[in-house]
Amino acid sequence: MDSNVARFWRQIPQRYNLIGNQCGSCNKIFFPPRESCPYCRRKSMEKMHPYQLKGKGEVITYTIIHVGPKDFEEQVPYPIAIIRMDEGPQITGQIVDCDYHKVEIGMRVETTFRRIQEDGYTGAIYYGYKFKPCSVD
Amino acid sequence: MRDVAVIGVGLTKFGELWDKSFRQLISEAGAKAILDSGIEGKDIDAMYVGSMSSGRFVGQEHIGALVADTSGFSFMHIPATRVEGACASGGLAFREGYFSIASGMNDIVVVGGIEKMNDVGGSSATETLATAADQEWEAFFGVTFPGLYAMIALRHMHEYGTTKEQLAQVAVKNHKNGALNPYAQYQKEITIEQAMNSTMVAYPLGLMDCSPVTDGAASVVLCAAEKARQYCQKPIKIIGSGQGSDTLALHSRRDICTLDATVHAANMAYKQAKINPKDIDLAEVHDCFTIAEICAIEDLGFVKKGEGGKAVENKITTLDGTMPVNTSGGLKSKGHPVGATGVAQIVEIVTQLRGEAGRRQVKDARIGLTHNVGGSGATCVVHLLEAV
Repeated sequence: MDSNVARFWRQIPQRYNLIGNQCGSCNKIFFPPRESCPYCRRKSMEKMHPYQLKGKGEVITYTIIHVGPKDFEEQVPYPIAIIRMDEGPQITGQIVDCDYHKVEIGMRVETTFRRIQEDGYTGAIYYGYKFKPCSVD
Repeated sequence: MRDVAVIGVGLTKFGELWDKSFRQLISEAGAKAILDSGIEGKDIDAMYVGSMSSGRFVGQEHIGALVADTSGFSFMHIPATRVEGACASGGLAFREGYFSIASGMNDIVVVGGIEKMNDVGGSSATETLATAADQEWEAFFGVTFPGLYAMIALRHMHEYGTTKEQLAQVAVKNHKNGALNPYAQYQKEITIEQAMNSTMVAYPLGLMDCSPVTDGAASVVLCAAEKARQYCQKPIKIIGSGQGSDTLALHSRRDICTLDATVHAANMAYKQAKINPKDIDLAEVHDCFTIAEICAIEDLGFVKKGEGGKAVENKITTLDGTMPVNTSGGLKSKGHPVGATGVAQIVEIVTQLRGEAGRRQVKDARIGLTHNVGGSGATCVVHLLEAV
């Protein structure tokens, strides 16, 4: 995406280190972090605390992208999944280090730090999380 | 609140309309609706137009005024407002028009919906459509729009045993209806084999599970019900209107296979109309992908959750079934000019309730429903219309 680098820089804590947040009122965990808890609303104001996810979870659904967006055309076909993290939040991400035929619902995965996309030949390279099958669980 | 009726409808041909501009399309649809209604330009109190992304598709924002201008109303200074809610923009524009008359502020309103999608290339159109998804937490990681609906489909298959063949049957049925609609982009039937074996886009969805990229516009004229018969022999009354929202990202929803925004919007509309799903004679639902039609008939309450695939297989939703769905051909076959779709659904239901749908006419149709979705389900708008 062609936009100012600041737009990516702001999200480094989430994309590099899985920093979400937790509601101090009901203890629910959110990723990405929310400004307020949608369950507690005003009771959660000023009570949303940073919370780092451990990075492990389970595939609840997936797809294999055969026709990709421009920045991902060279990677097709690639699997993308919705993962339910052990702490509760659900996240969308690519599955790597695994034959795409082997991806399945219920599979245990963990985050891995990878290059996601880049702004052309000389532009910024964006990094973030993808998921790979769990090594030890 | 006053009752409101639809007194005129207009539609352009849907398709790859290389010789027609954005301006020509919306003017054509608007002029047809106004001529159909019997009103004159001086009667119009306000205009609302739905468009998802005129800025990215044709490089033009500020289209409320543009549409009034290009339709010949610039020197009458008619209030003209654009409404946006991704692919639900048209349905939302209709709802705003309805409110403005129901409130007593206006008597006659023209509503339009438009998208001119083919002035940009295919990958650019795909990228623009993806802006309806969560850019930062979905699209950034490489998921496409078909990819999001593919994940709904796979989860639906996993939980309820829905099959790829049932998905294909949605496409076959909608093409069969579209073949009877002279405005449809694809007036051509397809076989179950073609639908099952089409090029893979996002597993398990193939090309024949996806609605196409389309140019087109639709328009309707709304009028306070008490004045409708001054202009029109067969006014069609709006008896219910509902809208709902949900998380922008699919992954944050309560249930991946349920569009809670649809459930919310439908319940709101049913409550207002004091009817329930079994009172409905036909529906135009948002089948941007085949799985979306299966989820829609469940979330609208036509069948129980998980039984949508079976309902399609049992031919409940065909033209001669007990609940005809997408008699126009739906988004799949009629085409999906995103901002126009919600208004085009109203045009189809009004045409059916007037008994003017020709070879695709549903017999004795009295109450019809429209269901228009934005994104993967973050916005939904439902309307109920009745022949009076």
